[in-house]
Amino acid sequence: MSSDAHLATLEDEAIHVLREVVAERERPALLFSAGKDSIVLLHLAQKAFAPARLPFPILHVDTGHNFPEALAFRDALVARLGLELIVASVEQSIAEGRVVDEEGPGASRNRLQTVTLLDALGAHGIDVAFGGGRRDEDRARAKERVVSFRDTLGQWDPKRQRPELFGLYNCALRRGEHLRAFPLSNFTELDVWEYVRREALPVPSLYFAHERAVFARDGMLYAASDVVSRRPSEPVFRAEVRFRTVGDMSCTGAVRSRARDLDAVLREVREATLTERGATRADDRVTEAAMEDRKREGYF
Amino acid sequence: MQDADTRPPVEATDTLAPLRVATAGSVDDGKSTLIGRLLYDCRALLSDQLAQVERASRRRGLGHADLALVTDGLRAEREQGITIDVAFRYFATARRRFVLADAPGHVEYTRNMAVAASQADAAVVLVDVRHGVVEQTRRHLTLARLLGVPTVVVAVNKMDRVGFSLEAFARVRDEATRFSAALERSLAGPEGRGSPAASSGPGPVALHVLPLSALDGDNVVTPSPRLPWYDGPALLALLEELPVADALVASGDGARLAVQWVIRPQSDAHPDYRGYAGRVAAGVLAAGDAVTILPSGVRSVVRALDTARGPVARAPAGTSVVVHLAGDVDASRGDWITTGRAPLERAQVTADLAWLGDRPLAARGRYLLKHGARTVPVRFAPELARYDIATGRLAPPGPLALTKNELALVGLEVGAPLPVEPASTRAVRGFLLLDPATHDTVAAGLLRG
Repeated sequence: MSSDAHLATLEDEAIHVLREVVAERERPALLFSAGKDSIVLLHLAQKAFAPARLPFPILHVDTGHNFPEALAFRDALVARLGLELIVASVEQSIAEGRVVDEEGPGASRNRLQTVTLLDALGAHGIDVAFGGGRRDEDRARAKERVVSFRDTLGQWDPKRQRPELFGLYNCALRRGEHLRAFPLSNFTELDVWEYVRREALPVPSLYFAHERAVFARDGMLYAASDVVSRRPSEPVFRAEVRFRTVGDMSCTGAVRSRARDLDAVLREVREATLTERGATRADDRVTEAAMEDRKREGYF
Repeated sequence: MQDADTRPPVEATDTLAPLRVATAGSVDDGKSTLIGRLLYDCRALLSDQLAQVERASRRRGLGHADLALVTDGLRAEREQGITIDVAFRYFATARRRFVLADAPGHVEYTRNMAVAASQADAAVVLVDVRHGVVEQTRRHLTLARLLGVPTVVVAVNKMDRVGFSLEAFARVRDEATRFSAALERSLAGPEGRGSPAASSGPGPVALHVLPLSALDGDNVVTPSPRLPWYDGPALLALLEELPVADALVASGDGARLAVQWVIRPQSDAHPDYRGYAGRVAAGVLAAGDAVTILPSGVRSVVRALDTARGPVARAPAGTSVVVHLAGDVDASRGDWITTGRAPLERAQVTADLAWLGDRPLAARGRYLLKHGARTVPVRFAPELARYDIATGRLAPPGPLALTKNELALVGLEVGAPLPVEPASTRAVRGFLLLDPATHDTVAAGLLRG
């Protein structure tokens, strides 16, 4: 099967999931981060219901530590496509005393997002949130269902997942419970990039090699910025880098790269010897089960 | 393993459809090790994943990298050294892409094996050659076939522990073959109740039995000099050649599509647009086809087909489409668009199912059946026949009782007639049973007749 046919199969599977879940639930939303996975997911969601308008809003959890390029990209996309955008702010959760900001070097708002996300789902009555998660990202994600149940506290219980057979999805919920649905479950990082190329999708400039002020920490490079405090032993220097994932600035590392266009990025991903999260996400380096622990609490 | 970080993953330059493989086996049969081996030898493990495995192995006091830790991704799994839920992994050889669903072996988590089997083109069931075919092996063989997996590979593992003995292998092979033959007779219809339609598709199983050692890699990716008496393919070479499930279903019965969603923009640009969105479940739907909508029986013609890749003339099974029908036709979510010979519609059906719920079947319970894009109330017939895991035979019909992990042939009275096509795809035959009180998915299976 050619790469084209493979992408078509993944595309058809994702569209089936999107239509099925939207048909079964009252109030869906799509979690949008301006990262490549959520860009692909949004594109598929539009295709699934075209030529009708997207029948649900997109939800962005704004950590206050976003890359400016990602925010600019989001706003331009929302304006161009005429989307309904909900912004859930971690800053506001901090101001309201819902969460406490971490301090010092190594501080991250990654984990705080969970509270903000769950608050926003509750406030807007959202009963299913589509996410761009993929099973090849992480061992815990590899275990998760396409349509994944969350209890009234937003928790994922990996030991009590609903059996999912024959592409049939049990979307039944009680009040206060919700679902997360992952139409890109069976895409790999390479599939996502090949899809971006096939569909000529714009992605933030962060994904392509550019020169940037960075500093080194724990074997990774971070963007130097006001929102990340550095130790005296962490001098800033300039380097040619790109980002393989786009998350919170405080926990998303860059990789040295000369891949300035899509073909070069695809070549680089094909030849990569580290997973994208292993290469660039400090949040997953904390423990063996960092992702599982966050997911249990209700993370993306 | 030291050179892992210099070896890029293999890129698929394949021409075959990807194969979905479910792996199963009893606890400690070496299944996770086999998968780790396949992923490692196909260079689908990247160096940080391998480093993670090595760190975790050291922390557990192991002298070698325990490849089982690659797929056992949950905290509880790593603590106990068992697989609890299915892990999906992707890898490729130069010939083919694979989606590997690593299923639990422990009896407590059999329902997660059902998840893996329900979409698999082939099931690989691991057997420890020293223990032979045990209850859990028979359970997995039965479950895989009952859920419509057309090809079963029995991988007789740990051959290194019996000196690569042909006699030891042959004993397991003969046991598996005997059991499988009995099972096929049960799935083809019980004596005294068999009607012409009461056979379970898609056809009898293709059974392959092969010897290997996952730990050392014998006969996994490459043939082993330690198995001179074995002249078949290594496991990976076999998997590269297996057919996908839907290719084994004759499409003579025409196309089937369950309407998921009606697209009606009602916008200035598209004031009269009405399209029926769904995924082709069997056969090929083509522009110009005469169609019958079920259950209404209304007839129409396919005016056009849209996909995510633009308009098409033909849409084979698996394609997500929007169907445009000629004339003013009424169809809604849950209806079936069909071509060719119309399927039988029945309100009394028989079905093979696996009970997955923690709570036993309640004889007077109310359940919902989810099939295609429709959910309907259902009531059990007063008797059912259990699959006897020890023999592969159907027990005589008995009272209505089922507990977790039991498999049975049941009768169901359905709140609305369902199309029943025993020889069709799992997208047409598959169903879930939901408990409306707890919202749990309590059973799953295939409509039989």
